[in-house]
Parts: sequence; C-alpha cells; structure tokens
Amino acid sequence: MTRRDFFKASAAGGAAVAWGSFGFDLRPAYAETTQLKISRANEVRTVCPYCAVGCSMIAYRIGDNALNVKPTLVHIEGDPDSPVNGGTLCPKGASTMQLALAQNRELRPRVRRAGSTEWVDIEWDKALDELARHMKDSRDKKTVLKDAAGLEVNRNEGFGFVGGATITSEEGYLTAKFFRALGCVYLEQQARV
Amino acid sequence: MSTELGLAIRRKSATPASSTGIRRDTVEIAKVVDIDLCIGCKACEVACKEWNDLPAEETSNFGSYQSHPDLTASTWDLMRFKEVELGDGDIAWLIRKDSCLHCSDPGCLAACPAPGAIVQYTNGIVNFDQTKCIGCQYCVAGCPFDIPRFDQKTKKVYKCTLCVDRVSASLEPACVKSCPTGAIKFGGKAEMVNYAAGKVDKLKKRGFDHAMLYDPSGVGGLHMMYVVPRGDRLGDYGLPSDPQVPGTFFSALSVLRKLGSISVWGGLLATGIFYLRTGRRRPPPEDEAVAEAERLGHQAVADAERERHESALSGDGPGGAGPAANGPAANGPAGSGPAATGPGQPTGPEVER
Repeated sequence: MTRRDFFKASAAGGAAVAWGSFGFDLRPAYAETTQLKISRANEVRTVCPYCAVGCSMIAYRIGDNALNVKPTLVHIEGDPDSPVNGGTLCPKGASTMQLALAQNRELRPRVRRAGSTEWVDIEWDKALDELARHMKDSRDKKTVLKDAAGLEVNRNEGFGFVGGATITSEEGYLTAKFFRALGCVYLEQQARV
Repeated sequence: MSTELGLAIRRKSATPASSTGIRRDTVEIAKVVDIDLCIGCKACEVACKEWNDLPAEETSNFGSYQSHPDLTASTWDLMRFKEVELGDGDIAWLIRKDSCLHCSDPGCLAACPAPGAIVQYTNGIVNFDQTKCIGCQYCVAGCPFDIPRFDQKTKKVYKCTLCVDRVSASLEPACVKSCPTGAIKFGGKAEMVNYAAGKVDKLKKRGFDHAMLYDPSGVGGLHMMYVVPRGDRLGDYGLPSDPQVPGTFFSALSVLRKLGSISVWGGLLATGIFYLRTGRRRPPPEDEAVAEAERLGHQAVADAERERHESALSGDGPGGAGPAANGPAANGPAGSGPAATGPGQPTGPEVER
C-alpha cells in the first residue's frame, strides 16, 4: 500500500463514519420479539386439581389432533370466562403444569396389601373387583342394625368415603346418595368452601 | 383501552435515531400494583416462571416469607417482605412485588453500549435482546432500581420483559392474569393512573395520610407503578424516593459522540478545502531538490534526484507515473505547489512519486 492508497482509504473510512453519524439505519425499525408460545396451541378447558374452589383453567397443547400427533402440554393458565376465578390462579394452581408433567406421578392403580410395605401394580378391572369384594365383606361383617340404646340405625361402620375437592355439586350429590345407600356414615366430600 | 399494542420502537441502545418516527406513538400500556390489595401469595412469581419457562431455583428459609433472597437471572419477579416498627408500638408488614418497572427514560438503555441489545417500544415496554447483549453489565450499573441480573453461565443480562410476547398478541402479562386479589392491574397508562388516583383517595380517607402513586418523574414515569399506602416509608419498601437516570458518564458519552461527528466532518471538509487551495503535492524543482540534498551531504541522493529529473524530462520516467511525467511542466510557473512544499522542507528529496 502506497502512501496515496492509505490516504484514499482513510478518506473513504472517514466518509463512512461521517455518513453513519447522521443516524442512517436502513434495517427495519421493528424488532422481532419472542413468538407467543401458545399462538396456535390447542386449548382444553379443565379444572384445577387442588383445592375446593375449583378454578377453571385452560391447558394449551401443541398439535392439532392429527392422526400422527401426540398432543403435548406446553402451558396452563386461568380461564377468564370462569365465574369462579375469572382467569386468576393462586401460586399452587399456577404451577399445575408441574403436576401434569411430574415424572413420579402415578398413572396406574397400585395396591399395598394388608401388612405389606410394598406397593404393587394392579389392573384396573382387578382393582375394582377387589374393591367391590371388600365393600361387600365389610357390609356383611360390620353392619349395625340397632345401636346400644336399641334405636334402629342400619349403618355400616366398616368403611368410609373421602371425596375429591374438585367434584361438582352433582357429583357430590350422587356420591352421597350412593354411599348413604350402602350405609356409610363416614362420608367426607371435602368439596366445601 | 385501545387494542392497538403495536411494537414500533421508540429507542434502541447505542443506536442514534432508531425510530423511523412516521407512526404516531401507540397506546402506552402499564401495570399498577395496588400494594393495599396484595396478600403476598406469590402467584405472580409462579406465573412468571411458568410463562417464561424459567428454571426453578433452590430456596432457603432466612426468617422471612420471601421465597428467594434476591432477583436472579431466572427469577424476574420477587415478592419482597419486610416488617417495620412504626414507632407507636405498632408494626407494618410491607410487601412489594419487585420486578422491572419499565421506565420511560430507562437508565439501562442509556447505559448499554451494544447496539439493539436494549429496546424500548412505543408502548412503554423495555426489553433486552440477549442475542445482542455483550455481557458488559453497564445496564446493571445504569438501573436506578437494581433490576437487571447477570447470568454467569450465559454471560448475558436478564430481566422482566413485561411479557412482551403476550402483550404484542393483545394478552395481559402472566403475573397480571394470575393475581387472585386483583392487586396487579393492567391497561393503558392513563387508565392505570386514573385507577391509582381513585385508590389513593380511598386510602387517604381510611387514614393512610401518606398514600401515594409511585410514578417518579426522575426516570420519566414508569410502566409498572405502585399504589403505596405508606408513602412515607418508601425506603422500607426498597423504593428510591427520587430515582434518577445516572447521567454524568452517559450524557458525556453522547456529547463525545457529537464531538466525534463534528471532528470527522470538519476534518473531511478541511481536507477538501486544503486540496482545492493547494492542489496535489509535487516534487520540488530540480535545482532546489539537488541543492537541498547536497546541503545535507547526501551526494548519492542528489545524483539520483538529478538523474530522475533528467529522465522525466526525456519522457521515459520510471513507470511513466503522472507526477514524474508532468511534474516539471506543472512546476514551471511559480505556482502554489512549490511554495507549499518548498525548500525549507528537509524531506523534499524523498517525496513519493
């Protein structure tokens, strides 16, 4: 590079810098923001599994239910149309996705036999059959027709029922009717707020 | 409120005149945190983590209801709890949602030297673009509220985005949506200021004489404001009473930028004027060059110079270069050229071709 070339390059560089100092920037003045991660997601309305308030939630899944797609949960937030929570969620409800995706969540029935310390897998049908058997046995053995005062009570003291916090009024009515019919007195719906 | 939540840009870091300016400003959005309604449940914290896919961090009990000791690069929203004695035997439990306040005059943006790493949209959101962040942490120093957090692993700085992805799709931020008591409100800035004014009046009627809207003018106003019931205890809430954009160094930078611009343009202009006035630099006339070389004792140089002039006169100069070929002819009249590069110059004989 001769001295003259050097001068030419310097002048060109100076001109470029001066041009830039005017603030010309021909790139679009709109920045790409993060894409909305639920923009085309599949919405499923559901109910919070925790307490008895029963907040409505929307679960967002990717995939459009096409044949080859396994829908995958990406986000859960409150359902603004719900009169219960109006789209809000408490900290526990806001973290429901962690429950849905939890690795150690039980997906199949298991049984711990009397006296055992081990939980073993059991088929749904077998589990229901065994439950029915236990209930019948309990009614056969533990039914009390008259209490100590001689009053007619017709109750079964052998089992109780614990309902879920999120069952609806209708479900609560049905379970109450069903277990009262079986003579159950230890009936707890938990769905009270 | 209007649904026009465009994402036109108002300012970009280290980028002069970054707005094209043809569009009118879009509707400014804002959050207002009504501290009176907040119960400190931290639903906003969880919703923020869930929406932004931020990893959980181990928490520890340090004698407070607070989940984490401080904001981190993956905890952009934190409920801060503080108990203070009021002096009359009473105590107050101060709870504050701590996250980016999205100043209208962001100190982080003014401080950032990386072009486009910090962007302020016309709707008021100040967002970091980590792909352009150079990890210098000037924004941490520039923020009057101590919000941005540096991540050692990625060497980038992170903070609340005001859920810019949701807002640009006309949704409210995740924290706002989750808040079960409605303590976090979201809407146009004017609507939010209206709401806050009504709330402050109510609080004053209830005996909170110092109730106030926290929207300091030192940073041009905020896009996450607070309704503070105990406005006399801003310090205990951890809010600076008069935050300012730390100006000295960075405004000096912008002055320097102007100075640099002036000097570059002035230099170019002066070069042009000099060229027009004096023309190109040429070798001095033969006798002067030879005399100068002889005076300095460079006999070989003087001989070479004499030879060069002779060959130039005969028309077959080395390389047939312009100045050598037409030099003597141009130098004939006593022009301004020889005057400029005249006899007084010791480097005369070594002048380039």
